[in-house]
Amino acid sequence: MGDKRLDQKLPPRRRAWDLTLRLLICACAAVTALLVAALIAYILLRGLPGVTWQLISSQESYLNNTIGILPSILNTLYIIVAALVIVLPLGVGAAVYLTEYASSRRLVRVIEFTTETLAGIPSIIYGLVGMMFFCQLLRLKTSLLAGALTLVIMILPTIVRTTQESLKTVPESYREGALGLGATKWYMIRTIILPSSIDGIVTGCILAIGRIVGESAALLFTAGLGLKLLGNFFEAMGGSGATLSVALYIYAMERGKFEVAFAVAAVLMLIVLVINFAAKVLGKRLKNKL
Amino acid sequence: MENIITSQDLKLYYGNFEALKGITVELAEREITALIGPSGCGKSTFLKTLNRMNDLVPGVRVEGQVLYHGQDIFAPEVDVTQLRKNVGMVFQKPNPFPMSIYDNIAYGPRLHGTHSKAELNDLVERSLRGASLWEEVRDRLKKSALGLSGGQQQRLCIARALAVQPDVLLMDEPTSALDPASTIRIEELMAELKKNYTVVIVTHNMQQAARISDKCAFFLLGEMVEIGPTEQIFSMPRDKRTEDYITGRFG
Repeated sequence: MGDKRLDQKLPPRRRAWDLTLRLLICACAAVTALLVAALIAYILLRGLPGVTWQLISSQESYLNNTIGILPSILNTLYIIVAALVIVLPLGVGAAVYLTEYASSRRLVRVIEFTTETLAGIPSIIYGLVGMMFFCQLLRLKTSLLAGALTLVIMILPTIVRTTQESLKTVPESYREGALGLGATKWYMIRTIILPSSIDGIVTGCILAIGRIVGESAALLFTAGLGLKLLGNFFEAMGGSGATLSVALYIYAMERGKFEVAFAVAAVLMLIVLVINFAAKVLGKRLKNKL
Repeated sequence: MENIITSQDLKLYYGNFEALKGITVELAEREITALIGPSGCGKSTFLKTLNRMNDLVPGVRVEGQVLYHGQDIFAPEVDVTQLRKNVGMVFQKPNPFPMSIYDNIAYGPRLHGTHSKAELNDLVERSLRGASLWEEVRDRLKKSALGLSGGQQQRLCIARALAVQPDVLLMDEPTSALDPASTIRIEELMAELKKNYTVVIVTHNMQQAARISDKCAFFLLGEMVEIGPTEQIFSMPRDKRTEDYITGRFG
């Protein structure tokens, strides 16, 4: 018979060890949170004072000696739209094929492995390949379109994988239910599977937008460094222009204008926040509509 | 009574494993047939073959015939969606879609081409009444079906199956995930459904089979040992194995 008393405390050494580990783990969480918060605060504090209406509503003018980043803001949005419009059907389609249609497990594993590998390739390599293939071979020159296409290849794995994971979480019983009523496979996918996995697709989009917005290396080679207004969406696709990240690089590294670079960084962060928020709301709306 | 489904020497293989070893059975119109037998005996497999839900399982091969109103359901010209429209299915776990009660019921009719609002309203009400769920949900048709209790969800699934106007309902242990009170409601509902539909139910619950079915088929190791009127199966089974199973000597 062991000791059945319940009011005995743990031995002091174990208690101390327990407490230490707990503190360490709390410290890890705190350091992480602090780092993020400090980074955001630093950028906003240094950047926001430089964000004037003139900066975000005009383009650079040598005559007036003013700096404006409207072209880069537009280029960023254009590239996001162009890349998503192409990558979404492609990536979601591929994911649907892999999870719902593909019958060879081997093939699926091979494709999954390649997409994962694709996701791990440094972006500058995508830039190089994009320049060779889109800009030169396909004669798109250095243009937003070439940049967007390069990004499509770069973020395709993210979209495919997140969509796939989300399709896999749709319960098998939904599929049985729909097919049991006489639904064809595509009808089932369109009415049950895709709407149920909209969350994952939105998450994929947010990750993709994050990568697009943050990308500089791949775009330096393919979309170029232009800081002039390119006109409407379709005109802009054919022109060379810098996105905000690339503009940030230009201002910081080539011109040494750090206050402008920080202002660009602040704008960039705000845009990412707004887009992510909007995507979440949109995803929720779509889900509720089901 | 006319036979609505006839299976003739039906054999089914999962790869090399013979899961059904030549099942010959006739299912009469407007009767409840219960399929009983220990786990893995092939009763669920047989049930799923009747509307070809087994097509979804990779590596399945079927020999023999299943006739629905005299038509071979495995014939190449058969449209499986039409088959499943006529031979509906209710699953073990209630599986309402993540949408409103109304849209759940309307799913099947819409799928088969009914889009008129009035017609859909009518179908939804009739189906919910048919599954004796109407009174409970009439004022929250637009609410999510996932908010219903387990028993209500299962009746919703029955209503959803009724909405495409089948004449056969296959039920795969429809009450095994439900509490006793909900189970009784579903059993009462089945007695109602029998007036208009042919019901085939797989159940592990001997009392349930005895309570609700007109005929009972006993499956063992992929064979159908015996089929007969429920009363006879339970009081004087012809086969020793049936008797052993029913009296609880194995299971």
